[in-house]
Amino acid sequence: MDIITSYGTLLVLLAAGFGFFMAWGIGANDVANAMGTSVGSKALTIKQAIIVAMIFEFAGAYLAGGEVTSTIRKGIIDSGYFVDTPELLVFGMIASLLAAGTWLLIASYLGWPVSTTHSIIGAIVGFAAVGVGVETVTWSKVGGIVGSWVITPMIAGLIAYFIFLSAQRLIFDRSNPLEMAKRYVPLYMVLTGFMISLVTITKGLKHVGINFTTLEGFGLALVVGIVVGIIGKVVIERIKFDPAADKDMHYTNVERVFAVLMVVTACAMAFAHGSNDVANAIGPLAAVVSIVSSGGEIASTAKLAWWVLPVGAIGIVAGLAMLGKRVIATIGNGITHLTPSRGFAAELSAATTVVLASGTGLPISTTQTLVGAVLGVGMARGIAALNLSVVRNIVVSWVVTLPAGAIMSIIFYFILKTIFTV
Amino acid sequence: MSANSFLGVFAKSPIKPMIEHIEQVCDCAMALKPFFQAVYKNDWKAVEQARNDIVQKEKAADAIKRDIRLNLPGGLFMPVERTDLLELVSQQDRIANKAKDISGLVMGRELGIPESMVEGFDAYLNRCLDAADKAKETIGEFDDLLEAGFRGRERNLVDKLISELDAIEHDTDQLQIKLRRQLRELELDMNPLDAMFLYRILDWVGDLADLSERVGARFELMLARV
Repeated sequence: MDIITSYGTLLVLLAAGFGFFMAWGIGANDVANAMGTSVGSKALTIKQAIIVAMIFEFAGAYLAGGEVTSTIRKGIIDSGYFVDTPELLVFGMIASLLAAGTWLLIASYLGWPVSTTHSIIGAIVGFAAVGVGVETVTWSKVGGIVGSWVITPMIAGLIAYFIFLSAQRLIFDRSNPLEMAKRYVPLYMVLTGFMISLVTITKGLKHVGINFTTLEGFGLALVVGIVVGIIGKVVIERIKFDPAADKDMHYTNVERVFAVLMVVTACAMAFAHGSNDVANAIGPLAAVVSIVSSGGEIASTAKLAWWVLPVGAIGIVAGLAMLGKRVIATIGNGITHLTPSRGFAAELSAATTVVLASGTGLPISTTQTLVGAVLGVGMARGIAALNLSVVRNIVVSWVVTLPAGAIMSIIFYFILKTIFTV
Repeated sequence: MSANSFLGVFAKSPIKPMIEHIEQVCDCAMALKPFFQAVYKNDWKAVEQARNDIVQKEKAADAIKRDIRLNLPGGLFMPVERTDLLELVSQQDRIANKAKDISGLVMGRELGIPESMVEGFDAYLNRCLDAADKAKETIGEFDDLLEAGFRGRERNLVDKLISELDAIEHDTDQLQIKLRRQLRELELDMNPLDAMFLYRILDWVGDLADLSERVGARFELMLARV
């Protein structure tokens, strides 16, 4: 108790600093994965991608990031065990942030595709199970989270498969694909706008202080979707089509319509990413803040401090602004033969899956969901060639990340404990 | 921070190079036209130049073929079978090889075409090269096929192109029979070795159409497994 009262401000500052740093890292590195498909299929320039990402990452983090934050903050660890020793929980959360941040730095340096979500969950579980006691971890919840890491890429793949198939049926396999694209693409935009705003309205706006009934939520989401669709339709009508461009490939003009759709799905993707991944940085911070501000009392009903979500959101945007351009440029150039019609299917399904997970408070990996979605499009024979060895690397890296994050957080936890309890 | 990106998942597409390869192969075969124009005129200097042109183009096609093979490691997930692609590129390459063989033999023996046969032979050659062109057109649909998910209208279009290819090949068979009959009447007045080799050239030119048809057949087989 004394530690909390005497070092409270310092601990909060430490947590805020590490949380901000981690959000910064997510912004610099991880966002590139979310935006890479749009840049790779030339639907957005790098500059546009950064601007879209900044706006929608922030919005996603701020408006829909609350549920996942609360899972990380109090869902994984049973705080009942810390009532007498709240400082241990504070140390653990700070150690987890430090561990996850360090691991991401190492992995980035070595070029491994690791997940921020996996590293923070591994870190929290690690310090709690080893540093404090195996029983402090809510294993049922952790099991659910790990299970979701397997299931969400599959769900995203399945959705992507059917979205792509529907685009084939409705647009590509017609005698007038361009006309069909103009007719149906706005509908996909309505769907995107609807899905994203539905989750935001029903789940995210609570902490901003706005409450809707389910029916109102549905109605409002539908209105948002339709508005997005109408704007999209207007933009599509204004595209100047060049019949000569179809000489080389018959679907060049159709792809231009899809490129407009992809701007919308890119926004959705950035929003989804913000809503899920900001929690990795600020969940532990939120835990520390709530314990310290209540003077050592662990109140599971404590409200999220108002400034915590913005710290994460601003961190992500700062990282993006400083390094995002370079990272997106490196990866966006590597893709060949990814046309907007495929990219949109992958992005729409990944964004939908991630936002739904965010709404239910499940911290999942955006990148792996996206990989699942891309494989789904591949299954529908939409992509010329996919590198399965890279997919394998990604799977391996997530298996490795859990113990790595755990071991580091255990080490940091004991270091912090030693420093502050002397 | 390096790019620890998942976008490495997207491998280099083999489809554009396949199309480039058949275009190069077709270009190589088409170079037989100026080659034989020079042969008809018995201008062996120009023949040699045309032959060099063919050899260059065959080499360029070979380079693309090698590139395709090197960029098709195992562990790729593609809408078509990897082995099918590898066989298709070999089949495409045979057209260019045949063009080189024909030009080599004709130039090496300074094998002229008898005056009375020139008109028929030229028609025959052009028809065989039509087949190569049709094969190019068929493979050229590969990227559109991918766009359309390998089914539906695009697929029907390709099926139609392949049946046109078959029809052209059948045509060339008829032309070849006529030319052989013509040559048989001339053979007694010719150098027997020249006659023998001229028969072989007729055969080989026909092979151009034959190989083109097989490119179409191989492509069809690949799609049948999709």
